[in-house]
Amino acid sequence: MTTTTNPPSPGPASRAAGTRVGGDLAARVRADFPLLAREVHGKPLVYLDSASSSQKPTQVLAAMREYYERHNANVHRGVYTVAEEATHLYEAARGKVARFVGASERATVFTKNGTEAINLVAYGWGLRNLREGDEILVTEMEHHANLVPWQLVAKLTGARIRAIPVTDDFLLDLDALDGLLTGRTRIVAVSAMSNVLGTINPVAAVAERAHAVGALVVTDAAQAVPHLGVTFDGLGADFLAFTGHKMLGPMGIGVLAAREDLLDSMEPFLGGGEMIRDVNIESSTFNDIPWRFEAGTPPVGDAVGLGAAVDYLTGLGMDQVRAHEVEVTGYALKRLAEVDGLRVLGPADLEHRGGAVSFTLGEIHPHDVSQVLDEDGIAVRAGDHCAKPLMKRFGVQATTRASFYVYSTTHEVDALVAALDKAKRFFG
Amino acid sequence: MGLEDLYQEIILDHYKKPRHPGRLGGGHVEVRHYNPVCGDELTLGLRLDGDRVAGIAVDGKGCSISLASASVMSDLVLDRQVPDALETADAFRRLMHGEGEPDEELLEDGVAFAGVARYPVRVKCALLGWMAFRDAAARALAGQDGGETIHGEDEDAARAAKAERLPGERY
Repeated sequence: MTTTTNPPSPGPASRAAGTRVGGDLAARVRADFPLLAREVHGKPLVYLDSASSSQKPTQVLAAMREYYERHNANVHRGVYTVAEEATHLYEAARGKVARFVGASERATVFTKNGTEAINLVAYGWGLRNLREGDEILVTEMEHHANLVPWQLVAKLTGARIRAIPVTDDFLLDLDALDGLLTGRTRIVAVSAMSNVLGTINPVAAVAERAHAVGALVVTDAAQAVPHLGVTFDGLGADFLAFTGHKMLGPMGIGVLAAREDLLDSMEPFLGGGEMIRDVNIESSTFNDIPWRFEAGTPPVGDAVGLGAAVDYLTGLGMDQVRAHEVEVTGYALKRLAEVDGLRVLGPADLEHRGGAVSFTLGEIHPHDVSQVLDEDGIAVRAGDHCAKPLMKRFGVQATTRASFYVYSTTHEVDALVAALDKAKRFFG
Repeated sequence: MGLEDLYQEIILDHYKKPRHPGRLGGGHVEVRHYNPVCGDELTLGLRLDGDRVAGIAVDGKGCSISLASASVMSDLVLDRQVPDALETADAFRRLMHGEGEPDEELLEDGVAFAGVARYPVRVKCALLGWMAFRDAAARALAGQDGGETIHGEDEDAARAAKAERLPGERY
């Protein structure tokens, strides 16, 4: 790499600005996000859908552009200089991502998204190890991504799915956990933070109890990694899945961080080039981890982008990110409580929740709410948020969800509340 | 295209005061349709007297567009011959596809939904009640019982609506 231009790795504009927290953070970083400057229907865009997908700072876009303009080649085979650069950048991105969550670099696998990361575990481990009578414990608040793969594998193996309930306070019912965990439990699939309720789950406590009965823990950290600054050891899970596009990175790349010994013992999920050591017509031997699980040409440019996103977040400091979101979320909960007929589905206590705030507004359907909001340039999510069992649990068809990130401001919360009043007048 | 164009007064009126709400008594076909994307769902009861729509009731939960459209539909098909009602249903489908000029004579209050065609995700909502009616009518004519159908959307409508709305057009 010494003879070429290094991709830009500038930290956020804010890095030099010290350790101030809260609204200041958004003010300092917003200029890094070009999309936030656009207008919708003649109004400034108010983007409140970061739990679905975050916006991307110029630093990430520039790193990807630099990769494609200067270093693009297929990885892990070319002997020529550019291919070596591409390989180096790809593996360097893996190192950044692994360090960001405190995982082993060898056991950090790039996938297409968080969903594929969970499917990798379901098929790579579950399909080969689960037997009839075994139990897979999920939660009532799981995203379909950490539910449906287990249903598919349960059907193939004869394993049974049970669910940890959610309390009326929107928390995981830990009292019910001990009754559900038995010697038959082989997998516990638990979200580290609910994409609907915002609830932060005590994954470490769940993992401790799950491990005591010999079960493995698969945690969906698609919300937790971008917002909370969680680590692999801190969560205590055996498998940690997350996705790049919710943490300022590009779409098209996800991550599975795993316990190294487990990943080492697992058979491949997808087969093809890159993941093999030797191939004969009838059989093959497989590559070492993590490449054993990365069949075919990987998303190198996306990995570079994700690496830059990790640099950006590290530059901000995840404690600052979390502090900012606590402030904006606290303000939002206070303002939303002032809206007559509005019901928040999620914990009130900021300690137990992140910045995804779901609510219903009287009898007004979330699609109608979000349509009115869109008219004012406000982007929120309306629907079941890929968590139908949870919708049924709380007796709603759908909710409207506003979700926050580093660039979200209390002014945007004010705009949201004003538009909700408008929706009420319109449909009232 | 503003909010008032999408949510015309007629639509809001049908939403707030659906014309034939609830469930029918005995002697009818009942179908349940739902849209898995947004969770809109409705139960439609239909009673035929020969070829004539003698009774209809819609029990729905959903957004204003789906509920208002189902209400307009119930008003338009009641007391009509099934073939005529299906012709109206087709005219409404064409309206959602943005095909040709709206047939005001056939659609009456239904023309208020013309603006929905420009919002691809809402086209499904507007078609839900009409799809349920088609289904119930087909079952009733065939002497079948009711049933449950996930409204898979008419792909054509989605494509047409998408083609209609080029990137950036609304902004």
